[in-house]
Amino acid sequence: MNRKILGAAVALGALVAGAGQAVAVTELQWWHAMSGANNEVVDTLAKEFNESQDAYKITPVFKGTYPETLNAGIAAFRAKQPPAIIQVFDVGTGVMMGAEGAVMPVADVLEAGGYTFDKSNYLPGIVAYYSKPDGTMLSFPYNSSSPILYYNKDIFEKAGLDVDSPPETWQDVFAAARTIKESGAAECGYTSTWLTWIHLENFAAWNNVAYGTNENGLAGTDVELKLNEPLYVEHFQDIADLAKDGVFRYGGRTSEAKQLFLSGECGILTESSGGLGDIVKSGMNYGIGQLPYDANAEAAPQNTIPGGASLWVFGGKSDEEYKGIAEFFNFLSQTEIQSRLHQVSGYLPVTMDAYKATKDSGFYEENPGRETPILQMMGKEPTENSKGVRLPNLPQLRDIENEQFELMLSGQQDAQAALDKIVELGNEAIAEAQ
Amino acid sequence: MIERSPIGRPVAHVLLVLGLAIVAFPIYYTFVASTQTLQTILRPPLPLVPGDQFLDNYGEALFGGVDRIGGVSVWTLLFNTSVMALGIAVGKIVISILSAFAIVFFRFPLRMTFFWLIFITLMLPVEVRILPTYKVMVDLGMIDTYAGLILPLIASATATLLFRQFFMTIPSELVEAARVDAAGPMRFFRDILLPLSKTNIAALFVILFIYGWTQYLWPLLVTNDNQMNTIVIALKKMVSFADADTPWHLVMVTAILAIAPPVLVVVLMQRWFVRGLVEAEK
Amino acid sequence: MSKAVFPNKWLPYLLLAPQVAITLVFFYWPASQALYQSVLRQDPFGLKTTFVGLANFRSVLSDPGYLNAVKVTAIFSFSTAILAMALALLLASAAEKVVRGKGFYRTLLIWPYAVAPAVAGMLWLFMFNPAMGTFAYMLRRSGYNWDPLLNGDQAMLLVVVAAAWKQISYNFLFFVAALQSIPKSLTEAAAIDGAGSTKRFWTIVFPLIAPTTFFLLVVNTVYAFFDTFGIIDAVTAGGPARATETLVYKVYIDGFVNLDLGSSAAQSVILMAIVIALTAVQFRYVERRVHYG
Repeated sequence: MNRKILGAAVALGALVAGAGQAVAVTELQWWHAMSGANNEVVDTLAKEFNESQDAYKITPVFKGTYPETLNAGIAAFRAKQPPAIIQVFDVGTGVMMGAEGAVMPVADVLEAGGYTFDKSNYLPGIVAYYSKPDGTMLSFPYNSSSPILYYNKDIFEKAGLDVDSPPETWQDVFAAARTIKESGAAECGYTSTWLTWIHLENFAAWNNVAYGTNENGLAGTDVELKLNEPLYVEHFQDIADLAKDGVFRYGGRTSEAKQLFLSGECGILTESSGGLGDIVKSGMNYGIGQLPYDANAEAAPQNTIPGGASLWVFGGKSDEEYKGIAEFFNFLSQTEIQSRLHQVSGYLPVTMDAYKATKDSGFYEENPGRETPILQMMGKEPTENSKGVRLPNLPQLRDIENEQFELMLSGQQDAQAALDKIVELGNEAIAEAQ
Repeated sequence: MIERSPIGRPVAHVLLVLGLAIVAFPIYYTFVASTQTLQTILRPPLPLVPGDQFLDNYGEALFGGVDRIGGVSVWTLLFNTSVMALGIAVGKIVISILSAFAIVFFRFPLRMTFFWLIFITLMLPVEVRILPTYKVMVDLGMIDTYAGLILPLIASATATLLFRQFFMTIPSELVEAARVDAAGPMRFFRDILLPLSKTNIAALFVILFIYGWTQYLWPLLVTNDNQMNTIVIALKKMVSFADADTPWHLVMVTAILAIAPPVLVVVLMQRWFVRGLVEAEK
Repeated sequence: MSKAVFPNKWLPYLLLAPQVAITLVFFYWPASQALYQSVLRQDPFGLKTTFVGLANFRSVLSDPGYLNAVKVTAIFSFSTAILAMALALLLASAAEKVVRGKGFYRTLLIWPYAVAPAVAGMLWLFMFNPAMGTFAYMLRRSGYNWDPLLNGDQAMLLVVVAAAWKQISYNFLFFVAALQSIPKSLTEAAAIDGAGSTKRFWTIVFPLIAPTTFFLLVVNTVYAFFDTFGIIDAVTAGGPARATETLVYKVYIDGFVNLDLGSSAAQSVILMAIVIALTAVQFRYVERRVHYG
């Protein structure tokens, strides 16, 4: 009798032990910088992916702001324990591209997972930005946005401007801004966030002029800047003049200027399409327009370049992990997911299918202005001037640019001097970073 | 009782109220913001008196389910932060008081060298040495542990300096008396030094607890598991300047919650101060 | 000032051991690696490394931006430390004087120290940032051209006040503790002798709190030099046009944001040298006048 019980116990024990040996789930950490509502989106995506299959588990980890996240990734890599996926902002693209041994191009990851990577499925303007010159896609675009024009319809009406037709060229914008100020409809006519991203990097792409030599860094990193060409100088001198007359207000280096618009102080704003959420929430009677182009630029408008961030994959991982990552990217590319992401969070859709599906659903009719940023990126095939800027020290360059603009806007130098300095100091910085 | 000049006191009160206005106003303001709707916050200027959303906002933050504060329950966050802060405060006080004792009451080779060795740690900010420090943590297996959160932060130079300053004011006679009594340094430490240091320890505990409570960059780096987050990290998770949709009103609530325990510590320590000095009246 | 000491030979080392051990493992070991970066040229990921000797130092010292940062740091640190300490002492003395509401005042004045730098920056943004802040709005409404985004002096003012604000509570706490520990009998005796309150302060109170004052002087200086970039980052980001870019902020920007580890490390070495020298001076010359009793 005892032996039977013993035998049963042993068998049971073996069964339990065997069950404990169940297939181990491959855990993949996703380090990101998404806060606020975007953080919830990340968590939801991970949850849905994890529930849809049981071989892989994506664990999102918030690592602070974009620079903090990038530093965390670098620290982890140096300590030989990098995560599987890391979200890096557009400005850090150059750094990641320069780290050949450290990252695994997304195109290769997808193929390792058994997926064929078909570029034509993806929105050209976005994918070009995150690819090597030979077309290999290096990172997976996640939250991309494009700069557009917002305007306060009530202020327009008070100033006697046509409420339904936003200004299309910079010259028109500046004229409208002056009208707003002079008519007393608002204290300031125009403000802008991200002077560097909108008025230099996107200005170059949208107007099809060069930002620097070597295809803005795509064909080689020893770039010489072309930012003091006449088109730029005129543009910035116009802004400087507006600032002197109090028609343009400076709001800070990143997105703080949005508050000037939200509070009703300024009538026109150029800002990322990602800023739409706050504007809607504030209850303002707003309108949307395309990013203005320069009337004197011949080939304008060309296409805009994305801002935001993309997902990079670290090298040195096991095949199993790469398969899991590929699964996740495939999951993210699904039309239903992309459409939802796009509609709910203001990101641009990454795939053509998602764009088409959203269009077919009538979303853009109900939400005017949501299609604008996409159209800006899609219209024409990108030229050598409009694939974005690829420099390993872009953050530093932006600092230099912002500093000189601040000196210009406070009246201490004119646009020519500011841009000359930017080119001089910028070229030095680029040379040092070689 | 000293004569209290009739002019002195009201002036003092005025100064204090002014000081209060300057010093405490920003926090009052945060509280005001935490009782407003999101819309009101998005359209500056913010009113100066509290709004009517107190129950709504606080209710949503505390009880609106796990999602609301970055995916982790508030209680877990508060627990983590408390463990970290307490560990750091107690740890720092203990090892600093021992070091200061050694430096002031003994003579030995390299005495001042050790002091400077400890002191220099103040002069290199964490951000600069974060990459190699992280590697050390990984090598020691301390990622996602409480030890990882606490240990690197307990080598405090300020506490050591403070105790040194205080110990140097201890009259020589006390030490000599102890030696005459053949009491031994540790008896001296326990029976004489510690009781005298109570006020300083209380003050330090407040400072160090708050220091530990408000750590951001280090816990951010050293924990990958969301369940190990601190409340300051959760706060940062909720704020988003760039890409819209920050629930500012909830952010403000979390900010108040993040400040509440340290403030409580301050209030409690207040009593200890008073108690401590009544005894210290030599 | 010969102090009596205990004769033990080994005990002190034992007592020091915990702190020294932790400092060695968690500070000196990683710090030396970080500082070693100053003689290297490296990409952020550490994939390519070149030894460049003193090249980083040379380029740092010949950068006009660096000289600007030195000037900014001097103004900033000096102003912040003085402001924070003077106000705190004033408030602590006032708190001593009042009878009613002592605890109330003390509690409320120590509060702000509890505000994390991460949160404090946000608060200032809400109040003073020209684009968002309520006070900024009010200032502009009343006609004053408040624009720290473009006006360097205003930016410096804002940043000094923000940094000092946080330190006032810290200093206040310690001053209160110090003032509390002055035996009432001393001040009473002086009053009986006919000394007015100001005279009492300078001849009795001030010397007796000197050890604390010295402690705070050192700590405030170090704070202003090293711990303030969080506030600067939140309030002005070093702008406009570097008007508020202190040495430590430059270290942070170059290393953490621009990922130029070599230059950042070289700057840290120089900064450390400066502060060590400053502190040594404080210890040698100022401490001499501190009366320890």
